[in-house]
Amino acid sequence: MSDEKKLCLSGKGVTKVFGVGRRKTVAVDHVDFNFYEGEIISIVGESGSGKTTLAKMLLGLINETEGDIYFQGEKRDIGSHRKKKKYWKSIQAIFQDPFSAYNTFNKIDTVLLDCIRMRGGGRLPHEQKVAMMTEACSFVNLKFAELTNKYPFELSGGQQQRLMIARIFLLKPKILLADEPTSMIDACSRATILDMLMQLRDEIGMTPIFITHDIGLAYYVSDSVYIMEHGRFVESGSADEVILRPKEPYTKRLLNDVPKIYEEWDLSTV
Amino acid sequence: MSNAILEVRELTTKYITRFREDIYAVDHVSLRVEEGKSLGIAGESGCGKSTLALSLMGYYFPPLYYTSGEIIIDGRNISGMNSDDVRKSILGNEIAYIPQAAMNALNPTQKVIRFIEDVIEAHDPSVTKKEVYNLAKGFFEAVGLPADVLQKYPVELSGGMKQRTVIAISVILSPQILIADEPSSALDVTSQKMVIKMLRNLMDKGYIKAMIFITHELPLLYNVTDDIMVMYAGQIVEKASAREAVFDPLHPYSKGLMGSIIVPEEGLRDVKLTAIPGVPPNLKKPPSGCRFAERCKYVRPECKGTSVPLRDVGNGRAYRCIIPETELREMYAREARKNV
Repeated sequence: MSDEKKLCLSGKGVTKVFGVGRRKTVAVDHVDFNFYEGEIISIVGESGSGKTTLAKMLLGLINETEGDIYFQGEKRDIGSHRKKKKYWKSIQAIFQDPFSAYNTFNKIDTVLLDCIRMRGGGRLPHEQKVAMMTEACSFVNLKFAELTNKYPFELSGGQQQRLMIARIFLLKPKILLADEPTSMIDACSRATILDMLMQLRDEIGMTPIFITHDIGLAYYVSDSVYIMEHGRFVESGSADEVILRPKEPYTKRLLNDVPKIYEEWDLSTV
Repeated sequence: MSNAILEVRELTTKYITRFREDIYAVDHVSLRVEEGKSLGIAGESGCGKSTLALSLMGYYFPPLYYTSGEIIIDGRNISGMNSDDVRKSILGNEIAYIPQAAMNALNPTQKVIRFIEDVIEAHDPSVTKKEVYNLAKGFFEAVGLPADVLQKYPVELSGGMKQRTVIAISVILSPQILIADEPSSALDVTSQKMVIKMLRNLMDKGYIKAMIFITHELPLLYNVTDDIMVMYAGQIVEKASAREAVFDPLHPYSKGLMGSIIVPEEGLRDVKLTAIPGVPPNLKKPPSGCRFAERCKYVRPECKGTSVPLRDVGNGRAYRCIIPETELREMYAREARKNV
């Protein structure tokens, strides 16, 4: 393998089954994937397609029923809490709902200090910590001086989502899983958030994985796109290939259902 | 000029907070919707879109209060009416309103048909249940919903189905105008398309005569409505036809909004999305001049100070900026050349 394309996360036959017997639901059904370093990946699917379940497995929040996940070419081992913690230093997430992502009792300072401690900076002098936090906040256009001693719920949704990105800036993970990062905020702030994520990717060289139902967003940001239906990847490839020249009927339908501005939106097909 | 279904002149409504502060969320808004037309309202969160929708119904409840202006629906001025009269004779009969989470309006312990009985009985107590059922059945079939939905409980329906059911119920009394406030935002793309198809259907078959559609998703607005109004900080900043608003916006704010459109079409990857920096002003103390001046790229010293009137440029187009049309176009063209 060329050193340009280093494998960062891959899976073979990854499966998740909820329930047993007659009440069995196969949420993720034997999916294979290869995510390369530095590449921007999108997983697109409708509600109920299993994309969030897959994200949780990638994060190690739930165990896979079958199949293996490989991290940087080696089989991922998160058997113990210590190993899990180590794994989470290299993979982090941003979720859809910023309002429920924070612990209400913790101040913003605590949120950011936790990130510094996780990177092993717990013993740094206080001034240096403040400098790091200020840098992270200014990266996402927030002012640390205004945020200190405040609680996350005092911020607006867009600000909270930006604070999330400030956390990622401090943590500098190798992989960032963004699960519907912009679906709760309006179109205007969406551009800002995406911009910041892209900047962050260039700055700290992480691999972002977007999980979204918005096929337009997937097309705009990503290098490769995976289309998910009923727990399976039905189509994958480069963004241009999948979105502009879709082969699978499901992808075509998904594209057809999105309102567009240059093409006629065909309402007769539903 | 055809018949105006809804005409609003200089409507102003305010919120009064716990601390007795006035917040003018709808500030001198004038609009006109003609028969067979649909009007779209766009803007970021917190710009007053939803408050405008509530205000248009003429039905106010604290903390929202009516201040001034006129609402004329089908030749009848409802702005001075008291809330009870409005509820009895206007809501449902003349104006129907669908909020974003309309599907949560269904009572989970009752069948859908019971809800319809309630609605119809409230307006005409003499109808029998049998009549209601027949009416509802005929209506549901006409708008493309299976009639067996009537005998189901809300939990048995999917989100999109529930939303369509509520929309159908809201227009069952054939109102003049339907106000839809983000009716499809909580749905996935396929259900969204079904909702839109149904709304179109309602218009085409004459169940409603006009529609106001509110959303922040511009591609959707472009496909659904004839005209688009862009709102910013409680004011209208631009009025134009849907095509003009998307492809040839005049106000710098609309320009910024259109720059943030994401659609899965060829060429999207080559353009860089433009984000508008900053946040909308606090409406407790709105800036005295142009409300967008703080965030505007083309800001000039004379923007701040005196308020900017809505400038009419003919053909139903208007925008709220001190810079003349030709000059704005030149600046946008220069900007576009720079980005290539």
